[in-house]
Amino acid sequence: MNPDFIGRSYPPSAPYLVGREKVREFARALGEIDEVYFDVDAARARGFSDVVAPPTYAIRLSMAAAENVVMDPDLGLDYTRVVHGDQRFEYARPIVAGDELVATVTIDGIRSAAGNDILTTRAEIRTVSGELVVTSHSTLVARGSDV
Amino acid sequence: MKLPSKSFPITRETLIRYAGASGDFNVIHWNERVATDVGLPNVIAHGMLTMGLAIRVVTDWLDDPSRLLDYGCRFTRPVVVPDDGEGALLEVTGKVTSIDDGRAVITLAAVSAGVTVLGKATATVRID
Repeated sequence: MNPDFIGRSYPPSAPYLVGREKVREFARALGEIDEVYFDVDAARARGFSDVVAPPTYAIRLSMAAAENVVMDPDLGLDYTRVVHGDQRFEYARPIVAGDELVATVTIDGIRSAAGNDILTTRAEIRTVSGELVVTSHSTLVARGSDV
Repeated sequence: MKLPSKSFPITRETLIRYAGASGDFNVIHWNERVATDVGLPNVIAHGMLTMGLAIRVVTDWLDDPSRLLDYGCRFTRPVVVPDDGEGALLEVTGKVTSIDDGRAVITLAAVSAGVTVLGKATATVRID
């Protein structure tokens, strides 16, 4: 990979509108039982504007945005060998249905270890009006082709 | 201090449901032929599914999603999900490892088939 890409930011992703049914579907897939993820009135009674997305819902935004990075031919990452190494979210607040979000990805690090290429990215997930909601840190590992 | 632990059964149905809900249709999470072709023991669960289930130990305990400030983990080993009518079992335990300035750090342990599947899984929550 090209180390000159450290610090590079990519243009923000297209706005993603968080749908109420999509939140419910995601919560159901994780077996969530708390009504805050399903019931609008329950969510509002607890101070949220709409149903709350489970914490890992943020990956939808960051992974879609990271795809542009991973697929960038100038970066030189072999995306067919990429696995998700680790993941961290910093939450300013939970994502809720109705949020319209954009993700801006920056390359935080590029290194090689044990024959693997390791790429760390940071995606800032903001509302279209600029409010920071979640920062997602992902480490992607391209496994060495000789193993 | 320990949090109430949880066990999550993961079957092929769980994986297909999660694939649809998350938009992650990577074939190694539903196609045994492809999974074994690339050297995996069988179909494996999405790392993000494992991560999403594990944090329920924290969020169900917190009872307020806005108290979760930070959550991270390493995907150390896959959860292998055989098509044997039983699938896999993910067992998650959590304990508070530090409290400082209104924030608690919770360390999670996620185990399936006797193997630790998430590394350095920690969540920071607001407790003030």
